[in-house]
Amino acid sequence: MVISVASGKGGTGKTTVAVNLALSLDNVQLLDCDVEEPNSHIFIKPVFKSKSKVFIPIPVVDKTKCDGCGRCQEVCIYNAVAIAGKKVLIFPELCHGCGSCTYFCPHDAIKEENEEIGVVEAGEKSSIQFIHGKLNIGKMMAPPVIRAVKKHINKKKTVIIDAPPGTSCPVITAIKGTDFVILVTEPTPFGLNDLMLAVEVVRKLKIPFGVIVNRSDLGNKKTDDYCAREHISILMKIPFSKKIAGIYSRGDSIVEAMPEYREKFRELFEKIKQNKDESSAK
Amino acid sequence: MKIAISSSGMTLESDVDPRFGRCPYYIIYETENDSFEPVENKSGQAAGGAGIQAAQMISSMKVESVISGNIGPNAFRVLSAASVKIYSGATGSIKNAVEKFKKGEYKQTGGPDVGSHFGMGRG
Repeated sequence: MVISVASGKGGTGKTTVAVNLALSLDNVQLLDCDVEEPNSHIFIKPVFKSKSKVFIPIPVVDKTKCDGCGRCQEVCIYNAVAIAGKKVLIFPELCHGCGSCTYFCPHDAIKEENEEIGVVEAGEKSSIQFIHGKLNIGKMMAPPVIRAVKKHINKKKTVIIDAPPGTSCPVITAIKGTDFVILVTEPTPFGLNDLMLAVEVVRKLKIPFGVIVNRSDLGNKKTDDYCAREHISILMKIPFSKKIAGIYSRGDSIVEAMPEYREKFRELFEKIKQNKDESSAK
Repeated sequence: MKIAISSSGMTLESDVDPRFGRCPYYIIYETENDSFEPVENKSGQAAGGAGIQAAQMISSMKVESVISGNIGPNAFRVLSAASVKIYSGATGSIKNAVEKFKKGEYKQTGGPDVGSHFGMGRG
């Protein structure tokens, strides 16, 4: 089973949940897909054994063949190609490497050159296989790096994906194709607003999901009310605790410092297995 | 000569919009006979590359000069490649900007004066 951990709002506790769930189960793969700022490794402390680069193909125009017809510009939905006069301009930072311009060029005037945008590192820590992606500084295309991380998915294991925050392309890329999404939130107006956006995304993707309320004794009851109204199951609540905050800030895991949580995360996994079948996504 | 001014509205009384790529309208002004026409900026809400799209549209309209509050690097590259002259730093009404332009009070911009994503309203 592949479980992804996402949230609308950042800083709600995705990594805390992903890491502690991984440490509570056997035969696990943990994939950190928050490639713009991966941090699960801080808590897992894996030994990395392999590293591979991620490239995207960037178009390069052969000016001797190009007649400025503009077909490449028409087919680029990312606005990465412009025609000025009869000149073709390429904007590599907007290019997703989809290859459409190369494919549709009627004069065979475009070739592609690989540009490195990030790396994928794989390693281990006791029974956990750990993989994460890192987007190179100054690069904007997270999805190809996330896809490269997800290529490592081994369905014979329980796979846990630590997704990026938000509701845009990187999140969709990270959670797409997973069997269950855990949405981590906090009971604040901001947390609820972004949870509602994330729920819309997950429902659109038709993936079963449930909610974890972190720092659950803060804020107000509106998150509980919303989940009840929408028939969304709250899988777990983690209290706002100085002890947990201290453990986190030292880069330790809750389940190692507070072993009673290991049982709670195992119960969470059991609930997810049940929930997956009687899904809350319609 | 045809000029394009980034505008917050559709009339000469509208203010110059400080954003080139993400302004809602352009006023296309013909200095020969003082006629004008507002044009909607359809790429103003694009997820990315708004300045590139807008610059392409403007250059395809045979505009010779662009007046705006600011100009970003991508729009600058497209407009320059299309030999469109750029005058940034304009404020106030469109009418006022046209007058100033006619009197030669704006200096041509030699490079982009804001970074990418300036017009996206984020920190």
